[in-house]
Amino acid sequence: MNKKINKPSEKDFNNPYEFGFETDIETVFAPKGLNEDVVKFISDKKEEPKWLLDWRLDSYSRWLKMKEPDWSSLRYPKIDYQDAYYFSAPKEIEKPKSLDEVDPKLIETYNKLGIPLKEQEWLAGVAVDAVFDSVSLGTTFKEKLKEDGVIFCSFSEAVKEHPEIIKKYLGTVVPNSDNFFATLNSAVFSDGSFVYIPPGVTCPMELSTYFRINAAGTGQFERTLLIADEDSYVSYLEGCTAPMRDEHQLHAAVVELVALKGAEIKYSTVQNWYPGDEDGKGGVYNFVTKRGDCRGDNSKISWTQVETGSAITWKYPSCILKGDNSSGEFHSIAISNNYQQVDSGTKMLHLGKNTKSRIISKGVSSGSSSNTYRGQVNIHPKSENSRNFTQCDSLLLTGNCSATTIPYVESKNKTSTIEHEATSSKISEDQLFYCLQRGLDEEEAIALIVNGFCKEVLQKLPMEFAVEAQKLLEISLEGSVG
Amino acid sequence: MSGNLLEINDLHVNAGDKEILKGLNLSIPFNEIHAIMGPNGSGKSVLSNVLSGNEDYKVTSGQIIFKNKNITELKPNEISNLGLFMAFQYPVEIPGVTLMNFLKTIHEANRRANGLEVLGPSDFLKYVREKAEILGINDEVLKRQLNVGFSGGEKKRNETLQLLVLDPILTILDETDSGLDVDALDIVSEGIVGMKNEENSFLVITHYKKLLDKLSPSKVHILVDGKIVESGGPDLAEKIENKGFESFN
Ligand SMILES: Nc1ncnc2c1ncn2[C@@H]1O[C@H](COP(=O)(O)OP(=O)(O)OP(=O)(O)O)[C@@H](O)[C@H]1O
Ligand SMILES: [Mg+2]
Repeated sequence: MNKKINKPSEKDFNNPYEFGFETDIETVFAPKGLNEDVVKFISDKKEEPKWLLDWRLDSYSRWLKMKEPDWSSLRYPKIDYQDAYYFSAPKEIEKPKSLDEVDPKLIETYNKLGIPLKEQEWLAGVAVDAVFDSVSLGTTFKEKLKEDGVIFCSFSEAVKEHPEIIKKYLGTVVPNSDNFFATLNSAVFSDGSFVYIPPGVTCPMELSTYFRINAAGTGQFERTLLIADEDSYVSYLEGCTAPMRDEHQLHAAVVELVALKGAEIKYSTVQNWYPGDEDGKGGVYNFVTKRGDCRGDNSKISWTQVETGSAITWKYPSCILKGDNSSGEFHSIAISNNYQQVDSGTKMLHLGKNTKSRIISKGVSSGSSSNTYRGQVNIHPKSENSRNFTQCDSLLLTGNCSATTIPYVESKNKTSTIEHEATSSKISEDQLFYCLQRGLDEEEAIALIVNGFCKEVLQKLPMEFAVEAQKLLEISLEGSVG
Repeated sequence: MSGNLLEINDLHVNAGDKEILKGLNLSIPFNEIHAIMGPNGSGKSVLSNVLSGNEDYKVTSGQIIFKNKNITELKPNEISNLGLFMAFQYPVEIPGVTLMNFLKTIHEANRRANGLEVLGPSDFLKYVREKAEILGINDEVLKRQLNVGFSGGEKKRNETLQLLVLDPILTILDETDSGLDVDALDIVSEGIVGMKNEENSFLVITHYKKLLDKLSPSKVHILVDGKIVESGGPDLAEKIENKGFESFN
């Protein structure tokens, strides 16, 4: 008799990308390809000052001499950087003054994404700086934030309104010589978010940005700069989603965080860029450089990420623990299904005394995906009494997928300690049967068990994000049965 | 149509190549408690698992009819949602999932499968607390991860809580009494007796007469080497307590 719990087969992996719709609006492109003129075009479109154009051009000439990194475990066909558009902006909103001027179709797109932009809908207390392709659409709650002296606006706007802060901090955490993708971003970045929290201020609400790639064949190069001045606090949420496309889309963002003395930054990301279809066709190439600088004593930066999307993820949110007693945290959930490839982790650089870092990484792999945790912990000779704790857990749902843990650790100070734990497990048949006996179907059972596995990290997310993230885990694993 | 809730006809079951159940027959009418006793390894847990649709075991011939429906080929969750519950002899741990969350998830799945409305969070909390109170389970336990680090007896109490929350039509208790202390046994069996009504039935697997004294089953079946070798009243349990299974071999 063939009574069976369905075993996974390639056919089972139907994961209709929930957000795969495109907004039909006119778009302004920069000419295809990349050269000095395109860099100038972008800078000109954004009416940038000369020093910024020079910085971009400097980045561009550095980039020309750089080589695409090949040390990761990722495998993908060579990217033709001349075969992409580096700037696209929806025509109607080239210079939006307020939300009212925004094309209703764009608003509709946000509504489909579940991001209510209208201020009255945000009484719950989240300010959104929404990046549609490259131009910032509008910012809500700005007035309220202004009362506290918090600056939260698009990067381009900040260049115009607060050039002195940008000039002081841009490229000080991720220099424009840092790495191939960050340098490319420095040359062609289109827009992004800017946040400044004044000394002593606890930001009165969670700040949130939703990124979204829309136009076909456009790379998205956002640049985010967040500065928490002395003794301030901010929690920042970044959500990413992109429509379904056959061809691969390139995404190379840079995020720089600066925490001054006694400041604390919590940076949370839920990333569900289009992962490609069940045969590995299409999907976003996500090459991101995120780094936080605990510049002042007693400062703290924590990264929390839920990565479920993208065909390729190359991402290592890091902390430079420069200030004494500073601390860095990295909490990550990385889910891979079908042919997704994830190479992600963190870097903790202990420079100051009594610095602490904590790394919790949960990898869930399914289908034929590969999921690598790559981490680096360095304790420098002068970093006394510093501590790191790393825990990497991987869960495998099918026999075809792979999970790898690559921790590099180095302590050059005898008074400091590094601790590493790693586990790898599968969902047991017993656990599955137990849940099924209670009436859950296989997908519900897996979602429940995976949620349990990821709980430690999910708990680190702000409430409203945690719910969304849980739902996302379920969607990402649809069709995958252990 | 028979008036029986469960009917097992000439059931043959293999684990791997080995035949474990060798032509088992059993009928349980509505509103009755039946007990199964039998030596270690005779096939009691295999029977519970097969009734629950566990695909580790292969039904080679025979039929299982539950609520007049042939469930021999159904999946475990389909059988569960028809109203069959098994309290596991060895409950599994699910790290990171709280008992409360688990209860909510399974209760919702059950309601949905049966076209019923799902309870709102506060109604559900009230409902669970009511059931938990019967078993002396407090909120702290509800917040713990499912069975993780629970003692043997605590796990059995958890199984009983799930039972009360789902309120099934047919309950299989696979040695739920094993590992319970004297007081816990009282609490759990009172909970079960309180659940009993005209529309449900119980199949109680146990090694001890003590539980049966509390549940007063209408029938006791003796399972030896994959077959029911004798059925009778509660006095059968007494006979086994005194003389063991030897006379049935
Ligand atoms: N998955 C399996 N594969 C192989 N043999 C199995 C499997 N499950 C059970 N068996 C065998 O089937 C027989 C019956 O086991 P079962 O667990 O039903 O015994 P039981 O009557 O419940 O015993 P106990 O009183 O000890 O709980 C045993 O010999 C056992 O080893
Ligand atoms: Mg048994």
